[in-house]
Amino acid sequence: MTDPLDEIYREIILDHYRAPRGKKPLEKFDVSSNGHNPSCGDDIDLHLLMDNGTVKDINVNCKGCAISVASGSMLAEYIKGKPLNEVKKIADVVKKMLKGEDFDLSEELADMELGDIDSLKGVRQFPVRIKCALLAWMTLIEGLKNYEDGKRAQNPTTTEKNGE
Amino acid sequence: MRQEVNKQQKIDILNIKKDFPILNQRINNHRLIYLDNAASTQKPHVVIDAHKHFFETSYANIHRGLHTLAERATNAYENTRSHVAKFIGGVKPEEIIYTHGTTEAINLLAYTWGEENIKEGDEIVITEMEHHANLVPWVILSQRKKAILKRIPLTSDGQLNLENINDIITSKTKLVALCHMSNVLGSINPIEEITDYAHRKGAVVLVDGAQSVPHMKINVKESGADFYTFSAHKMLGPTGVGILFGREELLNKMAPFNMGGEMISEVYYDKITWNEIPHKFEAGTPNIVGVAAFDTALTYLEEIGMDNIRQHEKDLTSYAIDKLLQLNGLEIQGPLDIEKRGGVISFTDKDIHPHDISTYLDAKGIAIRAGHHCAQPLMRTLDKVATSRASLYIYNDETDIDELCSALIEMRRYFGHD
Repeated sequence: MTDPLDEIYREIILDHYRAPRGKKPLEKFDVSSNGHNPSCGDDIDLHLLMDNGTVKDINVNCKGCAISVASGSMLAEYIKGKPLNEVKKIADVVKKMLKGEDFDLSEELADMELGDIDSLKGVRQFPVRIKCALLAWMTLIEGLKNYEDGKRAQNPTTTEKNGE
Repeated sequence: MRQEVNKQQKIDILNIKKDFPILNQRINNHRLIYLDNAASTQKPHVVIDAHKHFFETSYANIHRGLHTLAERATNAYENTRSHVAKFIGGVKPEEIIYTHGTTEAINLLAYTWGEENIKEGDEIVITEMEHHANLVPWVILSQRKKAILKRIPLTSDGQLNLENINDIITSKTKLVALCHMSNVLGSINPIEEITDYAHRKGAVVLVDGAQSVPHMKINVKESGADFYTFSAHKMLGPTGVGILFGREELLNKMAPFNMGGEMISEVYYDKITWNEIPHKFEAGTPNIVGVAAFDTALTYLEEIGMDNIRQHEKDLTSYAIDKLLQLNGLEIQGPLDIEKRGGVISFTDKDIHPHDISTYLDAKGIAIRAGHHCAQPLMRTLDKVATSRASLYIYNDETDIDELCSALIEMRRYFGHD
């Protein structure tokens, strides 16, 4: 019998948790978004510096459990240097992957690869922890939406259902 | 041979464990260690069998039935009521009202006693260690009535701070609502002292006993509580059965809560008279089989002895606290003085989130709870977003604690902290 811990806390996840990427604060940024799950207290601040439709730099400051920290770190690593349309695509794919929705990876991502992010799949087997892995990505999606609409976010993004 | 009063008997955990079939299994390839008893306790086979036996021999709807089964079911239902009355120190059976649980009992009070007795400018006093069940109904009632909600603060080690109690409980105070034992901190509150303060100012006292009744001998009369409530499922009984004790005089003056069958005396289209207590508060078909099985749970606890249970939990809590405090990075919430606390042990690790702790321990077969424990305001007072909570009962022993501690040590290594 395999240890269920190896499913959720894969080595790649633990690696990101122990040494999260994108920790360095940005002096200037164009996108700012906050995610908060009141029940677990997970909290993420996301800042992006854009340059000509590309994510030039990113800062992720995540306080929370290993899953949410690792997920935020993978996000930072993956989207830095990527054009906005690819960033939106990957965020959507991760959302579908974690929510267990059907999608065809090759069709959605074309020649892009999931890399480390693929390891988040294991979280699906722990339904109560899916919201932890999702938080960074939903915060990114919300931040980009507001950026494109030229709006400021009113409330933090959350991936918890009411009453949790 | 009769036991002397001051000589307590060590309870026989190995034999008790055998009474709980659910404990005899492996979870994730490890022996199951169940330490989530403050949320709900497991059931001994006698309680499981009591459900089956009742369905096989005595099941029917209660009251007003003129057939043998209805009489058997009614007798079982009312016998449990008398048993409960005796269990909490000898009150009148009609002072015992069945509800679905502690939460419903408190809502019943808020909507009946509270609705009638709380007026604009009155004060309701709670504490800073309340479960949402004994908090949300009073926040809402005080908002609806424009009453003032006051709080008894905590000391740094999570006990009630009674220093300024005379400024908190005043002649304007109509109700003091507090838990007997905290579901987060484990603190045991000095109920007699509080009821004394409250009664001198003419206030009524409601005690949430969900965490106390399962773990120690309770004498509701001596405590001075006017209302006292608890749940069967936290003391080996079924879910969906709660108990509300209320002083007869108060219950008689209160309006009913749910309207329907059983709670009435005479019904016309333009006039309705209420049934007597306790039936006035028991509209509709209740959890009959659950109530019948609860009787068996009470007997099981009495056979072990509530004082023996308290002693066992004191010994084990003390053992657990000593061992946990030796672990790196670990902090315990609530009092460390064993006389002032029960076997609810909340802890935090300075580096690892409570949800990671819980997931890790579950992989090792250990069930604990992580989160805010339905006490968000208390979490803010403690300046924690969540804690991990191990809570003990009669079937836990030192081996369980040893395995919990070893798992916590391995966990820190696993997540890269030493």
